[in-house]
Amino acid sequence: MNGGHDLGGMHGFGPIEREADEPWFHAPWERRAFGLTLAMGASGAWNLDMSRHARESLPPGEYLTSSYYEIWTKGVERLVTRLGLVSEAELKAGAALSPPAPIPRVLRAADVAAALARGGPTERPAAHPARYAQGDAVVTRVTHPPGHIRLPRYARGKRGTVELVHGVHVFPDTNAHGQGEEPQWLYTVRFSGLELWGEEADPEVVVSIDAWESYLEPA
Amino acid sequence: MSGDHGRRHGAHDHHHHDHEGALSPMDLRVRALESILVEKGYVDPAAVDELIETYESRVGPRNGARVVAKAWADPAFRERLRADATEAIVSLGYIGRQGEHMVAVWNTPDEHNMVVCTLCSCYPWTVLGLPPTWYKSAPYRSRAVLDPRGVLAEFGVALPPETRIRVWDSTAEIRYLVIPMRPEGTQGWSEEALAGLVTRDSMIGTGLPHDPASVAAAESGP
Repeated sequence: MNGGHDLGGMHGFGPIEREADEPWFHAPWERRAFGLTLAMGASGAWNLDMSRHARESLPPGEYLTSSYYEIWTKGVERLVTRLGLVSEAELKAGAALSPPAPIPRVLRAADVAAALARGGPTERPAAHPARYAQGDAVVTRVTHPPGHIRLPRYARGKRGTVELVHGVHVFPDTNAHGQGEEPQWLYTVRFSGLELWGEEADPEVVVSIDAWESYLEPA
Repeated sequence: MSGDHGRRHGAHDHHHHDHEGALSPMDLRVRALESILVEKGYVDPAAVDELIETYESRVGPRNGARVVAKAWADPAFRERLRADATEAIVSLGYIGRQGEHMVAVWNTPDEHNMVVCTLCSCYPWTVLGLPPTWYKSAPYRSRAVLDPRGVLAEFGVALPPETRIRVWDSTAEIRYLVIPMRPEGTQGWSEEALAGLVTRDSMIGTGLPHDPASVAAAESGP
């Protein structure tokens, strides 16, 4: 979706603000929002792509004026309500009003270290050979799906070169919508600054994205 | 560091209220959410504590600094890191979430690497810990791909105009770790001393390692 999250190439956000002490969290609630998001993620009630999609689905104005952990909090609220784990009425009341729905598992404190160590690898066995090899010229698709996509707007319809072939990885565009992992070959594709940004661009800039095979066509 | 807290963006304004005693709307909202999730049995609050504790105290950029220092000092490890960064990094014990698929990218005199996630905040947690706020912010995410040289200038990094800037936008689950160039004048340094030169920003690509002369001066200072 062309949401408020797709920021590459936008103007007007001002200088990059670096904090003197760089705290991980700016308030106690940010710590809890972080921990709750990870704990619910580990429950198996949803996957990482659904989680990202819930955040980017915030209306652009709201996304851009919410702080980072506000966006995470709103993402969790959207997922628990959409999946029927928590009702809107419960969020309003701040208390459980109905029995819980079943979820695959509950992350216990004693299992946190093991769960984090396992992580969430996205590589899957290859069912067929890669369509592209290092050095191949490709062009990215021009596409504007209303659902989840990891092809940023600034890199759509651009000619680039395959630089790395990463193996076969879970496809977020389907996984975010509960339509399965549908794994695809994943590539790093590099573009010149001139191709992305036009003739005013710095000629010594090269930008790459990681692109699933269906984002690409032969150039 | 700007340290200019009076000039924050609207999105950060609420931070000022969080220190004033009364619970902020977000504080109330997250408390409500946690109460419901715990009451329904979806979340173990002790697991939430443990997750916070892990990323606040146990994981951080010193992990990445050790990887870089070893790559500088140990040719066999350097080759391993080039061949399969995930395996090489796991061999040092840095394993897990947001580090499942690692690629090391190497600065040279001709090319400087820099990492961003324009779509969200993808970052190599196992080696760098949680990202700083600026990395997740709209100013960095919007301009790192459009004007990386300008971004570097804001970080005080001035590269020769002929140095190519190579920006990696982490749009998938591959996580990139920048291996800065080993500073001149560090022959014979131990891995531990080398790691002391490696800054977090130098592993994102928005900074360079510390100058060994300034570190040596600070150590022998008054």
